[in-house]
Amino acid sequence: MDYLDQLESEAIHIMREVAGQFERPALLFSGGKDSITLVHLARKAFRPGKFPFPLVHIDTGHNFQEALDFRDWLANSLGERLIVRYVEDTIKAKKLKEPTGRNATRNGLQTFTLLETIEEFEFDACIGGARRDEEKARAKERVFSVRDEFGSWDPKRQRPELWNLYNGRVHKGENVRVFPISNWTELDVWNYIRRENIALPSLYFAHDRELLLRDGKLMATAGNVIQPEADDERVTRKVRFRTVGDISCTAASESEAESLDDVIAEIQATRISERGETRMDDQLSEAAMEDRKKGGYF
Amino acid sequence: MDLLRFITCGSVDDGKSTLIGRLLYDSKSILADQLEAVEKASKSRDNGEVDLALLTDGLRSEREQGITIDVAYRYFQTTARKFIIVDAPGHIQYTRNMVTGASNCQLAIVLIDARHGVVEQTRRHSLIASMLGIQHVVVAVNKMDLVGFSEDVFSNICIRYAELAQKLAIPHITYIPLSALNGDNVVDRSAHMPWYEGTTLLHYLETITIQQDENLLHGRMPVQLVIRPQTAELPDYRGYAGKVTCGSFRVGEAVTVLPSGETSTVSRIERGEKDVPEAGIDESVILHLADNIDVSRGDLIVPSASQPIVSQDVEAMLCWMDSKAFSVGNKYVLQVGTARTRCSVRDIPYQLNIETYEQIEGIDTLKINDLARVTLRTAQPIAFDPYTQNRANGGAILIDETSNVTVGALMLAN
Repeated sequence: MDYLDQLESEAIHIMREVAGQFERPALLFSGGKDSITLVHLARKAFRPGKFPFPLVHIDTGHNFQEALDFRDWLANSLGERLIVRYVEDTIKAKKLKEPTGRNATRNGLQTFTLLETIEEFEFDACIGGARRDEEKARAKERVFSVRDEFGSWDPKRQRPELWNLYNGRVHKGENVRVFPISNWTELDVWNYIRRENIALPSLYFAHDRELLLRDGKLMATAGNVIQPEADDERVTRKVRFRTVGDISCTAASESEAESLDDVIAEIQATRISERGETRMDDQLSEAAMEDRKKGGYF
Repeated sequence: MDLLRFITCGSVDDGKSTLIGRLLYDSKSILADQLEAVEKASKSRDNGEVDLALLTDGLRSEREQGITIDVAYRYFQTTARKFIIVDAPGHIQYTRNMVTGASNCQLAIVLIDARHGVVEQTRRHSLIASMLGIQHVVVAVNKMDLVGFSEDVFSNICIRYAELAQKLAIPHITYIPLSALNGDNVVDRSAHMPWYEGTTLLHYLETITIQQDENLLHGRMPVQLVIRPQTAELPDYRGYAGKVTCGSFRVGEAVTVLPSGETSTVSRIERGEKDVPEAGIDESVILHLADNIDVSRGDLIVPSASQPIVSQDVEAMLCWMDSKAFSVGNKYVLQVGTARTRCSVRDIPYQLNIETYEQIEGIDTLKINDLARVTLRTAQPIAFDPYTQNRANGGAILIDETSNVTVGALMLAN
């Protein structure tokens, strides 16, 4: 069996375990390639039935319009339910202090809105597109990752996870984050997208764009999320986005890759990891991701 | 391209993390920024040299203590194969983590420090690999540079290991002398050991044939859920979704649903929204049956011609994983496939000393990381195969009803 078939079947099995073991699951959908892949896998797991969960998007208010349009189009064309909750609303209701200053991001505040949304709908399981190859704290996380009522991940108290037997039994108030593509690498996702001919937002392919050059990284000017500073240089470059997340912490890469084949060739040749190249939020400290996960982050 | 999942057993002292770091580094699976981060961390620890072990130790407390606490997964790929490395901790208090890690692996690398030879933990790791049904073990004799690349040292370790392996059930054992720190025989052949005529570790991993014995086993499909759209277009659609854990199913095949024992015929198979004539091992599919019989989550669909054991009395090898004791009379939830039922502990015929392999009788309580033979009585009959014949349908877990935690791994016998 080809490895992509094995990974696909494993992910479908995990999603069906969620459907079988939980009463109110949700699929966290960001509009990025990993969650788009999850939606494709959900079709394979549940069609001709409906998805046994809604798609849930936690909108930081700092998303690329292309990604939001794609999200709405995808939910619509599938005829599946989409729930959107806004970080902006949480900030107003809870009078949260927004991070300010250079490279400020709402990514941390997303956790508040996510936990509120979990409470609002009483979700007992949230499916996410995280992969173990992304980051070294993620490399240790189970496929079924039990979180306490504060959404915290306790790496020292993880449940043993044997064979393909997943234990989703939780107490009321606890919930489980489930990662069906845990064992996929960035390249696996791209190869699968190519094989399955999965549609993606145009941001993932090379296009001309106006950007700010800051600390050697190309930051998007879209939506005026990033306020230009004196040292920033306004440039126009041919770029693509290797990850599509919050505008404030997702940098663009210079690229000529206009097709899936080009993108895959570029990733195979690269010497820099996905998060290292594009994510500003993990570079804060050696244990940045571990700390955020303990705080309830995905 | 196919996929090989292997576990590395050993402690930091054996150079396990260094070996994994070396495999990733020499196969060019480490990217520039990841190496830079490790260089940065190495400097902050004043040990000068780039410490490849830091590539794998992910949690802060692991880095602080210089040990691996939990199972970590690493991914790399060569032109020959795609690999998942299951990096499991070696200390005795993490036996349960190694069992967790080994459960999905086809191959185990057991590291031995050439200076120390076969030690207690070698015996423990090998026992777990054997108990978990791993068919291929690579005995990696590491730190050969510290024994002058001596052939005698290597040969003696091989002899000692072969002795202990006689008590185990590992059909394929391969011995490789190496130095993970310097890269000898990991990816590139060593210039220091001309007497060694075997392959390098990576070449072995790339070329080993993993027997697809499971393909020849009888079909087993635990039902995960019933798909019933109940729409105007599909008012009568009723499909049973699940993953074929071993063997295969064909359209037209006579099948039995367990534990009820009701029979029918496979009338249709769907995979990824397409109709297919056959469902093979590891494929997630939807089966349709010709007759309208009662089938739901927790049932096991099998060919009528080759049925597993169906019983309420179960004997098994147990790895106990919880800090609360396991005692005769205790009650748990047992999960095998998608079936769950309550069970109570009848007896502990013996505990296994994980270093001498001796059977200790007269035990009525087990503590965390103990291995033992146990007998259980289930509330409902369960359908299973002996683990030694069929890993996919012979592994089970115990769940604590009050904490909901997975507390035991069972390798079913009888």
